Amino acid sequence: MTHELIIMSETTTSNKVTNFIKNLDVSSADFQQRAAERLGELDFPTTRDEYWKYTRLGKLTKLELSKFADPDKLNLTKHIISNDYIVVVNGFVREDLSQFSKLDFEIDFLGSDRMAKEHYFDKNLNKKDVFSSINSAFFEKVISIKVGANKINKGPLQIIYVSKGDQIISNTRLYIEAGKSSQSEIIQTFISKESTDSFTNHVTEAYVSENSHLKINKAQLEEGSNSIISTEQVHQERNSVFKINTITLSGALVRNNINISVTGENCETFMNGAVITKDNEVVDNHTFVDHQVPNCMSDENYKYVLGGKSTGVFNGRVVVQKDAQVINAYQNNGNILLSDYAKINSKPELEIYADDVKCSHGSTTGQLDDEAIFYLQARGISKENAKKLLVRAFIGEVIESFENEHFENYINEQLAEIHDWRN
Amino acid sequence: MSKTLLDIKNLHAEIEEEGKAILKGLSLTVKAGEVHAIMGPNGAGKSTLASVVSGKDGYEITEGSIEMDGADILELDPDERAKEGLFLAFQYPVEIPGVSNINFLRTALNEIKEYRGEEQISAKDFMAMVREKSSIVELDPKLASRSVNEGFSGGEKKRNEIFQMAMLEPKVAILDETDSGLDIDALRIVAAGVNKLKNENNAVILITHYQRLLDYIVPDFVHVLADGKIVKTGDKTLALELEEKGYDWLNAEA
Ligand SMILES: Nc1ncnc2c1ncn2[C@@H]1O[C@H](COP(=O)(O)OP(=O)(O)O)[C@@H](O)[C@H]1O
Ligand SMILES: [Mg+2]
Repeated sequence: MTHELIIMSETTTSNKVTNFIKNLDVSSADFQQRAAERLGELDFPTTRDEYWKYTRLGKLTKLELSKFADPDKLNLTKHIISNDYIVVVNGFVREDLSQFSKLDFEIDFLGSDRMAKEHYFDKNLNKKDVFSSINSAFFEKVISIKVGANKINKGPLQIIYVSKGDQIISNTRLYIEAGKSSQSEIIQTFISKESTDSFTNHVTEAYVSENSHLKINKAQLEEGSNSIISTEQVHQERNSVFKINTITLSGALVRNNINISVTGENCETFMNGAVITKDNEVVDNHTFVDHQVPNCMSDENYKYVLGGKSTGVFNGRVVVQKDAQVINAYQNNGNILLSDYAKINSKPELEIYADDVKCSHGSTTGQLDDEAIFYLQARGISKENAKKLLVRAFIGEVIESFENEHFENYINEQLAEIHDWRN
Repeated sequence: MSKTLLDIKNLHAEIEEEGKAILKGLSLTVKAGEVHAIMGPNGAGKSTLASVVSGKDGYEITEGSIEMDGADILELDPDERAKEGLFLAFQYPVEIPGVSNINFLRTALNEIKEYRGEEQISAKDFMAMVREKSSIVELDPKLASRSVNEGFSGGEKKRNEIFQMAMLEPKVAILDETDSGLDIDALRIVAAGVNKLKNENNAVILITHYQRLLDYIVPDFVHVLADGKIVKTGDKTLALELEEKGYDWLNAEA
């Protein structure tokens, strides 16, 4: 009896994922076939799962999603902020809309057969994670970026991910190898054009070699009913510096899973995030730094400004392994609730198994300072603009960490557009 | 005859939360070109008057009226009052980390100009104006570009208030204890700044504890505010008298 029951429940659970992907064809490639097989054994997480406690997937997983290779020309002028850019529409690389010189990077768009031969490809992804597994089963081409040893890249490479149409799934995949002693920056902008109820399921794998510097500036700006789940799997080797800045200004459900393994000594790791919401958004940042070796530092700062009935989730996990001595790990999460209905769930998760370690974390949640609002108003600034000035000041540290004027200006423009801000 | 810029009649105000009455029938008429001093013991309601006139939340006006330039302002938001030409130099200027003094002033100035249907100020003209106006109160231009009042000394905060007044060129300026905490040199600088800014088209209301300030900014009228009302009005000699005798004799008189 019991046996039968278990089988029944397994069938129901895997049905959910099967149903979710029912409109998607799997390529004949081995790698993707195997990933698709795995999906039969996986289920979507529920709020009973520790890492999905505050984020319900029900609405997303009920969507009838399909793939769509949109052939239209798109005017993306206002989103282009670099000389080198790649446009991806609904998960399909659009070389006709892209422009990049291969001077600093080796850029390729490769299928899974070819990618499977890469030593690092897919190596560190959690095979039990349903979303990255869906990505593995259904991505079109991987954008593979290799930065040669000692290459110092001028002008970042921008990747513009566009969702277009209704109930579209985009499985976008990015693979980065930052060569020894190289320095590079990648901008990712996630936007949508005439799109509703669509889902971008993104995976980035980054290998940050010895002595290299890699920075990712990531803007999530999809329209109101669109969702994004983004998984970043990062591997750092010794003396390397990795920075990732994530700014989220819209989207129905946005979840970022940033997992960083620090495997070499003298590494530095920076994660910054800013979230600004106004309606019913759910924005969930889960970060994980695994300090496996001594003499490293990580520094994390996430700021949320939540309006309307939106929900923010921050979970910052830091593990310092047993012999990883002399680690400095800083974590800060500051939140401002602009409305009585907005919610934040913030949780630091520090697991320290070494003894010579400096870890600090702080989490604050509050409202905007009424005295400051009145002061600004008394100078002739409307209440709404006064609030915006204070919010802008609150996320100022995160904006500064972009260290890229074009990206900063772009974010200011998007704040004006999406949140009706003046500059 | 010069025109009335601020007309407060029989003003009654209480603190909303507690229903505690603070202003109890206060009347004050201020005309263009005038300097008024309001003196009075601690807790008399001087800062409450300044807050109520500038439209701060948390007070209920139960009776009376406030008009600026002939128009009722009680229904206006604080920023609209500022746009109509009111300025308040705060007794305790607020520190606002991350908001640059210059940027917020430019935002303010442009909002005011927009309200009045005037052209926006160019970055170049604005910077020239900052240089000119900061020199009036000898405010280090470096301070002008830092975060609003953050890490400023007490004296710098007060000078920054007058600098902002100079930038915004209000019709009616209420200076709430701008002199308190200033040493004699700073007091002279601030007073000279205010003197430079006042003219026949604007008016200044000085709220102060001490007669000292009035040696430098000579008032046309001195009012004593006690227990929520103006209990006595005189010329500048009244300030000297108050300095000598304190406030108690007024109670006896009343
Ligand atoms: N926000 C407030 N909440 C409670 N009491 C207040 C508040 N503001 C002022 N008061 C009270 O109102 C009275 C007048 O205060 P205030 O206007 O600051 O006096 P002054 O500026 O003349 O020293 C005092 O009794 C003070 O305690
Ligand atoms: Mg006071």
